[in-house]
Amino acid sequence: MTTLQSLRERASARGQSATRPAHTSAEEARRRRRITVTLGILAVLCLAGIIAYLTYDVRGSWDYAMDLRGRQVGSLVVVGAAVGASSLVFQTIAGSRILTPSVMGFDALYLLVQTIVVFFFGGTAFMMMGVGERFLLNTVVLTVFGLLLFRWLFGRNSRNLLVLVLVGIVIGSLFGSLTSLASRVLSPDDFLTLQDVMFASFNTVDGALLWVAAAVCAVGVVALVPLLRYLDVVDLGHDNAVALGAPYHRVVTLTLAVVTVLVAVSTALVGPMLFLGLIVANLARQIIPTHRHTELVLGSMLVGVLCTVGGQFVVGHLMDNGTTLSVVVNLVGGIYFILLLMRTVKL
Amino acid sequence: MITVRNVSHRYDKQVVLNEVGLTLPVGELTSIVGANGAGKSTLLSVVSRLIKPESGTVFIDDLDVQTAGDDAISRRLAVLRQDNRISARLTVVDLVRFGRFPYSKGRLTPEDHRLVDEALDYLDLQPFRDRFLDQLSGGQRQRAYIAMILAQDTDYILLDEPLNNLDMKHSSSMMTLLRRAADELGKTIVLVLHDINFASCYSDHIVAMRDGEVIVQGTPTQIMRRDVLREVFDMDIHVQDLNGVRLGIFWTTGAPVGPGPLAAEAGDTTRDEDGARRVAEPASITIR
Repeated sequence: MTTLQSLRERASARGQSATRPAHTSAEEARRRRRITVTLGILAVLCLAGIIAYLTYDVRGSWDYAMDLRGRQVGSLVVVGAAVGASSLVFQTIAGSRILTPSVMGFDALYLLVQTIVVFFFGGTAFMMMGVGERFLLNTVVLTVFGLLLFRWLFGRNSRNLLVLVLVGIVIGSLFGSLTSLASRVLSPDDFLTLQDVMFASFNTVDGALLWVAAAVCAVGVVALVPLLRYLDVVDLGHDNAVALGAPYHRVVTLTLAVVTVLVAVSTALVGPMLFLGLIVANLARQIIPTHRHTELVLGSMLVGVLCTVGGQFVVGHLMDNGTTLSVVVNLVGGIYFILLLMRTVKL
Repeated sequence: MITVRNVSHRYDKQVVLNEVGLTLPVGELTSIVGANGAGKSTLLSVVSRLIKPESGTVFIDDLDVQTAGDDAISRRLAVLRQDNRISARLTVVDLVRFGRFPYSKGRLTPEDHRLVDEALDYLDLQPFRDRFLDQLSGGQRQRAYIAMILAQDTDYILLDEPLNNLDMKHSSSMMTLLRRAADELGKTIVLVLHDINFASCYSDHIVAMRDGEVIVQGTPTQIMRRDVLREVFDMDIHVQDLNGVRLGIFWTTGAPVGPGPLAAEAGDTTRDEDGARRVAEPASITIR
């Protein structure tokens, strides 16, 4: 009893003085500790989710289940982390909490690319292409067009938020109309092929592809690391960032390039998840109340993994694939998006 | 010294700065005044390289702001634009620490922390250091921004309408503070101001702009004259000397109001807004 008490006292004394630098108040130290704890809990939850996903109700061959589920959970983790990181930093450079790559028309672009390929080469050729080639094609095309799209959006003089949202919606519906026009003239067989890739699917991901995607995303996230402390300043807006000597345009351009690659790879891997980034990034900002992007990006990646793995666990295991994850994400995210818009416009 | 040479700038086809040339002396508080759209804010943005002008150059001492590089300029000149809507979750001390970014790039040294504390002390912000910005009043938030600017520890400080959204009390204490920073810390301070009387009371030097050009500049005594102000603002403003301070009576055009000084106090008659005469209340009013 006494030892426990003295231990506790020593621990609290350490918390108040020894670990706290002189220039940080107790309040600030407490806040930072709470953020670290939150990140730790998120990491544990992610790990628990992954283990639960792998081991829940395994029937028949353990090896087979591990192989299939391992690939599934691997792609969920890659997509969750990539979407989490990219959406969060995109919000920062866009200077808005309701803009994510998907909202700005990236998913619509993906669908358009698929449709055009099927339209010009036919469904059989599309399926014959092999997953590797298709992945490569998608990634390259999405990266190139994504860079052009974002470059154009960010190069404009007017950075009015509502104008940008409107532009995103217009681009989205333009691409959407083109997609539906092209799909209308397709043969029924080709159309079926197309429908297959139109929704995100985690059930059948090629193993080799997963490794490539994971590697590219890892490189992307590592490339973000030196940018993080500059993103802290960029979050203050263009004028303040320039005034404080941050190389604003270089940071925005580099970040945009990384974001485009991350989104392109994760979309090419599993398909579009329109509102996932929006939910994940805003959720992360809510539970991690800081401006430091090191913690924000890490938190957003963890929340992303938790959302995809947890969501797919519920949809796949508990609901027995009664619906798909992307449908659930779009439903929840769509409502959330409307709420965010209403809250912002009310100002 | 800030030297502006032949600076011109346009937004689309609209000329906002037309061949502006200007030198601003060191260690003084300079106010830029003029009507809306005269080009004041644009000039401030060009000087602080937030906007690249179509033509012309700006020098801070011997540095060309467009070519000198981020570090060199941001260690010599700090600027604060009006309406800073920051969406990041920032506490006061977080914000002030950003003032050290030009030096430490986010990795603060003990020296940086000392300067941050000094800036917080200077603006009496220590009690609020751990408050989030959105939990502060307008006046406190403005002070937090000024503390960030002071932590940047630059010789030159440029502020675009620092009195925006401040009430009377906070406006005058902000101006007193800036005056102190010029006098005690030897800063060169350039402000864009809308209220000519604040400019008159606190500046060493006033620059008056109209239609994208600097039309006149000088000491408050030289600028605060009916004929000069008419040229600048296109408004007939009566100027009153009050114990050596010149005040422009711009609330009513042309002349001071009423029959004489503090007429109401003598129990005299005044006019209502609708023009009806009424007898004023006696001078004594109970204030709770």
